Amino acid sequence: MRSLKLDNVRKSFGKVEVIKGVDLEVEEGEFVVFVGPSGCGKSTLLRIIAGLEDLTDGHVLMGDEIVDNVPPSKRGLAMVFQSYALYPHLTVRGNMRLGLKQAKMPSAEIAERVKRAAEMLHLEELLERRPAELSGGQRQRVAIGRAIVREPKLFLFDEPLSNLDAALRVNTRLEIANLHRVLGSTIIYVTHDQVEAMTLADKIVVLNEGRIEQVGRPIDLYRTPANRFVAGFIGSPKMNFVEGAAAERFNANSIGVRPEHMTITDVDAIWAGNVNHIERLGSDTFIYVNTADSGLLTIRVPGEIAFEVGDHVGLFAEDQMVYRFDKSGAAIRAG
Amino acid sequence: MASKATSSLPRSVAAHAILISYTVLALFPVILIIFNSFKTRKAIFRSPLSLPDAESFSLIGYRTVLEQGDFFGYFQNSLIVTVVTLLLVLLFGAMAAFALSEYRFRGNTLMGLYLALGIMIPIRLGTVAILQIMVGAGLVNTLTALILVYTAQGLPLAIFILSEFMRSVSDDLKNAGRIDGLSEYTIFFRLVLPLVRPAMATVAVFTMIPIWNDLWFPLILAPAEETKTVTLGAQVFIGQFVTNWNAVLSALSLAILPILVLYVIFSRQLIRGITSGAVK
Ligand SMILES: Nc1ncnc2c1ncn2[C@@H]1O[C@H](COP(=O)(O)OP(=O)(O)OP(=O)(O)O)[C@@H](O)[C@H]1O
Ligand SMILES: [Mg+2]
Repeated sequence: MRSLKLDNVRKSFGKVEVIKGVDLEVEEGEFVVFVGPSGCGKSTLLRIIAGLEDLTDGHVLMGDEIVDNVPPSKRGLAMVFQSYALYPHLTVRGNMRLGLKQAKMPSAEIAERVKRAAEMLHLEELLERRPAELSGGQRQRVAIGRAIVREPKLFLFDEPLSNLDAALRVNTRLEIANLHRVLGSTIIYVTHDQVEAMTLADKIVVLNEGRIEQVGRPIDLYRTPANRFVAGFIGSPKMNFVEGAAAERFNANSIGVRPEHMTITDVDAIWAGNVNHIERLGSDTFIYVNTADSGLLTIRVPGEIAFEVGDHVGLFAEDQMVYRFDKSGAAIRAG
Repeated sequence: MASKATSSLPRSVAAHAILISYTVLALFPVILIIFNSFKTRKAIFRSPLSLPDAESFSLIGYRTVLEQGDFFGYFQNSLIVTVVTLLLVLLFGAMAAFALSEYRFRGNTLMGLYLALGIMIPIRLGTVAILQIMVGAGLVNTLTALILVYTAQGLPLAIFILSEFMRSVSDDLKNAGRIDGLSEYTIFFRLVLPLVRPAMATVAVFTMIPIWNDLWFPLILAPAEETKTVTLGAQVFIGQFVTNWNAVLSALSLAILPILVLYVIFSRQLIRGITSGAVK
């Protein structure tokens, strides 16, 4: 069943159009991730869905109902903010139950829900503390708890992990994935982080300058990006793009090869150049090669490899691993 | 806090020396008034800078003040005017500041500029018009007249300072409240106001002192005996030919007390606000 639909949504701040006509459908129980460069309108779109920002044009539908004029608290959703946004004057318990109290829920049920959420997030010990007395990770869990107790049809997360350190980020990421499995509710999740997007999402929405570039399963976006922007945005390290003579050989305006699809070779080299820099991560090695006619290319090799800066190497990529793009940047499909 | 630069001895000595000498300079006239209020008239004129001793000590000034005129009444009037004005300025100033900083509406910027104009144009320029309005409204010789004028006088600065501070309150926090179903009033009173408390205290101090000290509007709008304020009341001792300096100094010394109490209350709020400001 459909959970949410955006119908040609537009938003302007003054004369600046920030969201330029977005159409999107989200199925019930789906985990949707919005990614895109900074300032492309991810948060704005999320706030529009939440009802915190008015639309300039278009409609937001939840189920089959147009909710453009329904206030945020009546939309059956909960939001987790990047800055946690806990109420500083209330305890953890107070933070979690405020929304339910406001909705005039009987206090026995409130207590029950708070208890369940606290158990799920290991917050039982902290219920009487104030936000100022919690660590960053604990605050984030309280913010998630505050969202859970509402038992919303739709969860909105705006970069919830970006203030956490790396280890905590992985933990909380797993917790969120678990949460989605247990609760089965629809989730819309904004992030900058490739790994979060690829691992959590059922469906990734790539945004750029207020427009949707592509929507699809993570692996589909990786395999068949619709255009050069998506190709460059999904995947890490970034795809190598080459223009000019090399691209013309493939009948394209520009071509792209992922670093993991390039190999170092002595025969049949398509490109050749000197090693400019090497990054050894243990599990992988990234080699940056300065080529004469195609600029700096990145190669990703699994494991360790015995090259030094300055070595002369040849590079090769299978034809079917080369992405081709036309003048407008759109991908040219096999043909 | 304890970086090398700020904790080195010569620096902190220099800083303290500057601060102490400024404090002495600022307090000197006040102390002088208080000392002299305890001296006989002769001693005030003969050696204005000396401390009161056994010979020159006298309470005549205070006795005159308490016996002549209704000084408690004057105090009461001053307090009522100051406190009520303060409440109105803080309430309406904060509300206007919230609206200006939080809501996007047509004419928002223009409204902000219009209100800021009040900081630059002294309200006394409009005295004649204000008097006419008050006469028309039958408010002459009431405390209401003073409260209205002072509220108008205090609002521009209050709105200016508070809207700057309210802009800095996290949007996420307000939005979290909206999603939890809090009304805009609850968001304003329960979430935003506590976070801008230090700014409120600053505004309170800046608003209350000029009002307490004002002579102009009480003289023009409410000179009747029963609506006199302390500053105006003290004027009875300043005559055209003889001035009762003992009484003037005593009245002024007494007038410092209530405002000092208010100041201590607000400055404590200020410090508490600064130290407990943990948003994230
Ligand atoms: N209240 C506002 N008034 C004017 N412009 C705004 C407002 N809020 C956002 N914008 C503009 O809208 C654009 C999109 O902002 P938004 O916060 O949605 O970006 P984002 O994709 O979430 O970026 P980030 O990844 O950095 O969080 C930006 O160019 C921003 O300057
Ligand atoms: Mg954002």
